[in-house]
Amino acid sequence: METLISSKVQEAHPEDPSKIGCVHPMEDVLRMDRIPHIWCPGCGIGLAVTAFSAALERANIDLDKMSIVSGIGCTGRVAGYVKLDSFHTTHGRAIAFATGIKVANPKIKVVVFSGDGDLIAIGGNHFIHAARRNIDMLVICVNNFIYAMTGGQVAPTTPLAAYATTCPFGCVEPPFNIPYIADSSGAVYVARWTTLHIRRLSNSIVEALNKKGFSVIEVISPCAQYYSRINRLGDGLDMMKFYHNNSEIRHGEDTKNLDIGFQKKIIVGKFVDRERPTYTERYNEWLSELKGAKDEPG
Amino acid sequence: MKTDPKGVLTGLHRLNGNHACAEGALAAGCRFLGGYPIVPALEIYERFLERAKQVGATFIQMEDEISALAAVLGASWTGKKTMTVTSGPGMSLMMEHLGLGVMLETPCVIVNIQRAGPSIGIPNRPSQGDMMQVRWGSHGDYEIIALCPSSPQEMFDCTIKAFNLSERYRIPVSVISDEYVAHLKEDVVIPPAEEIVVEPRRYYTGSKDNYLPFKRDKDFVPRMVNIGDGYRFHVTGLTHDDRGYPVMNEECQEYNVHPLVSKIRNYADEIIEIQEAEIDDAEIIIISYGATSRAALKAMEQARRSGIKVGSLKLVTVWPFPEKRVGELAKKVNAFVVPEMNFGQVVLEVERCSYGNTNVIFVPHGDKGVENTDDLLSAIKHATQEKSVRDGLIEYKQARE
Repeated sequence: METLISSKVQEAHPEDPSKIGCVHPMEDVLRMDRIPHIWCPGCGIGLAVTAFSAALERANIDLDKMSIVSGIGCTGRVAGYVKLDSFHTTHGRAIAFATGIKVANPKIKVVVFSGDGDLIAIGGNHFIHAARRNIDMLVICVNNFIYAMTGGQVAPTTPLAAYATTCPFGCVEPPFNIPYIADSSGAVYVARWTTLHIRRLSNSIVEALNKKGFSVIEVISPCAQYYSRINRLGDGLDMMKFYHNNSEIRHGEDTKNLDIGFQKKIIVGKFVDRERPTYTERYNEWLSELKGAKDEPG
Repeated sequence: MKTDPKGVLTGLHRLNGNHACAEGALAAGCRFLGGYPIVPALEIYERFLERAKQVGATFIQMEDEISALAAVLGASWTGKKTMTVTSGPGMSLMMEHLGLGVMLETPCVIVNIQRAGPSIGIPNRPSQGDMMQVRWGSHGDYEIIALCPSSPQEMFDCTIKAFNLSERYRIPVSVISDEYVAHLKEDVVIPPAEEIVVEPRRYYTGSKDNYLPFKRDKDFVPRMVNIGDGYRFHVTGLTHDDRGYPVMNEECQEYNVHPLVSKIRNYADEIIEIQEAEIDDAEIIIISYGATSRAALKAMEQARRSGIKVGSLKLVTVWPFPEKRVGELAKKVNAFVVPEMNFGQVVLEVERCSYGNTNVIFVPHGDKGVENTDDLLSAIKHATQEKSVRDGLIEYKQARE
């Protein structure tokens, strides 16, 4: 975890080690005036934000030229805690909003940070179309298998047979396999990690931030308050132990094989890393071809 | 097409309403259009696209109208003037982001070329059925600005005005026209670029550390910054304070939402544009907007020729509604005649603002042709009859049924 602790702390207090900890190591990228955050004890979203913040410090990107957009839900609150030009928008529409930002000003690096219900259920259409267009943005999808903000309803990612308040006899709908949707819709970078794999997740975010095109990172996260409680899976720590014992790193695995069953093995890793021209590249190419034509303003 | 460097197509052109709207948008400095194809609005999109390359404008066809307006709002925060175009069914989908636009106080223009509804209705027939939707369609409390052009020239002028109002008041402004005006070809005079008044965006200019995205200036409107300017601001659709941070209590709800309403209501006199004709000696006034005001002016002349003193009040701005003026006139005239291509929407507002001081006769207009004045003239005749106007109105209604 050394990489996550900023050298700024030592720089700020070189002589007095007791003051280490007075400055939050991620003060530069978090809105400290909004802490404490709203997430429950045992929730994994904070870990995802930690990995993201650590990645921002290492990614060598001008943070002033970066924008983060979130939708609604627990993960939808991320935009409010990250000190970038940040937008907390409507339910499911974060990608659409971010598409507008990116297309209108391609110099802005755009990140969409939201949950599985937001991005894959209500926002599923925007997700596949942004991937198809290959809009240059990074989508971090925190998947906790449930609608947690509203109190534990079934999500499009809830594994078969898992309980939720709106499926009291066990989920009867097969869940989406997020990396598979992303891959088949045209994403250029697809990875999945759990909140236990925080260093690998952070490295993956750095890699994806420097990748041109539609990148998707799924972060499997414990929901200790609802998903775990309803399904009697223990607290956040028990979930982390479960990830430790049941996740397997398989880079390059065919995304077809990444379904997640209830309390079954979770395959993590980087699955897709390819090149495709982005929307902006194609658009500019089209524009430059036309600009040479007789229709030049004059 | 030869344009000046600002993209203004100066000169006299024969354009339909849709093309005039696209030209107006470009002249106002619109450089981003996000849309989704829909009859009868798509010519605006096509015209904009055709001209985009000359002026360096960007466009994107999104996957639906929900995302179209979402993209427009996102693009607006990059500093571009942005617009989307649609018709009734698309407007229904856009209501979600009309609300977000109001809450984030994001300037943009929504052009709605109304077609017959409800639901799919008739895609290529005119209607004025979305007048209340544009005012009340999104949930929660808000005020809105909507302009109703009645000719291609007005389409051009109103589109520019809509952009200016949206920048001035930081609000999505609707240009709410109809299929008739959109496909009507008339002469449009486009002035030179330097004669077109274009309201620039009002930016925050203070230090980076002190920027509060929703701190209201003296004019009730907060100052904007662009994404990428280094302010690292946060905005949210949740009820928020000056910092743009969510605060979930009643005081903040009042603090946040009240100004969204008052910034329009307090400046209604500045926003409202109405056109009056032959008002001074009028005993009956036709209140109309959009395509129906063409028939209204014609009916006024015909009635005057037969000796009935009729005036016309044409609403260029329907929302905010010219409450004061209608209230004043209600005390002076015998009746208001309100033709609309719907089954009674803006007429409700006319009735409300008359405070019972005059009779209001609604004319469901358009089923005999948009420019046909028969129904209007018969309503005017009923209004002049010696018996009480209320009786005349009942008779008129029965005659129609």
